[in-house]
Amino acid sequence: MVLYSLTFYLFSSVAVLSALMVISAKNPVHSVLFLILSFVNASGLFVLLGAEFLAMILVVVYVGAVAVLFLFVVMMLDINFVKLREGFLQYLPFGALLGIVLVIELGILFLTDRSSNIYNNQIPLQPIVSELENTKMIGQILYTEYFYLFQICGIILLVAMIGSITLTLRDKGGVKRQNIDSQNTVDASTAIEKKKVKIGEGI
Amino acid sequence: MITLEHYLFLGAIIFTLGVLGIFLNKKNLIIILMSIELILLSVNINFIAFSAYINDISGQIFAMLTLTVAAAEAAIGLAILVVFFRNLGSIEVNKINQLKG
Repeated sequence: MVLYSLTFYLFSSVAVLSALMVISAKNPVHSVLFLILSFVNASGLFVLLGAEFLAMILVVVYVGAVAVLFLFVVMMLDINFVKLREGFLQYLPFGALLGIVLVIELGILFLTDRSSNIYNNQIPLQPIVSELENTKMIGQILYTEYFYLFQICGIILLVAMIGSITLTLRDKGGVKRQNIDSQNTVDASTAIEKKKVKIGEGI
Repeated sequence: MITLEHYLFLGAIIFTLGVLGIFLNKKNLIIILMSIELILLSVNINFIAFSAYINDISGQIFAMLTLTVAAAEAAIGLAILVVFFRNLGSIEVNKINQLKG
């Protein structure tokens, strides 16, 4: 149990610190790398909670796809990041005040007396790790009870894919495309052009 | 002993950091998108913590849904960012005023 607590504090403190670095790093590339660190630590926490499948999904989807996408965009676009940091300190007092108020309010919610909690006798003091494998349990419920949800997820991803392709697709000038209609209506009078070429000169 | 409140408090801190990131980096669209990812991560931590402590697997299904939406949102957001940068040559949020909304 001591090891569990130590692991929790290790993962959560690194996750919080790297989240702090995400929003305060000067270089956006460093921000993305700290975001990756934060996600990896969160997946460690998921393993602690007994959700191994989601932990692995988090690493694969977030670190492997989303964060790398961020890295690509940050590195591909030629952005003047120094100029974008103007006003960071200007908003710091207000932002810090707002953050402190928010975290205190949320903390008060969680730290209220457990006896007034409606779940009082339902929530145990430690996570329940079931006998069945986590992946098997998710599979058993995902394809039966939540099957429509699963399919809606697929549709959301399809729409996102089509949307981002159509947004970023750009017609470059000078690309030769087929125009079937004009190709079929060509005849000799429009396709052939006679020119008189003088001797020693080109067209 | 790590109780549910520990996880909820961790989620609250990460959520607050995400909101703070949006406030502090008002100009940088990329950092704002990353802050939204942090907020969604904190939501996921809450879902999975409740799922583990109440011993109901549904929370993990919903966490997966959040993950899907986050991935779609990141893809669309970055596509919009690329188009925006191509048109204006910068990603300053206060220059997004072409709709005059």
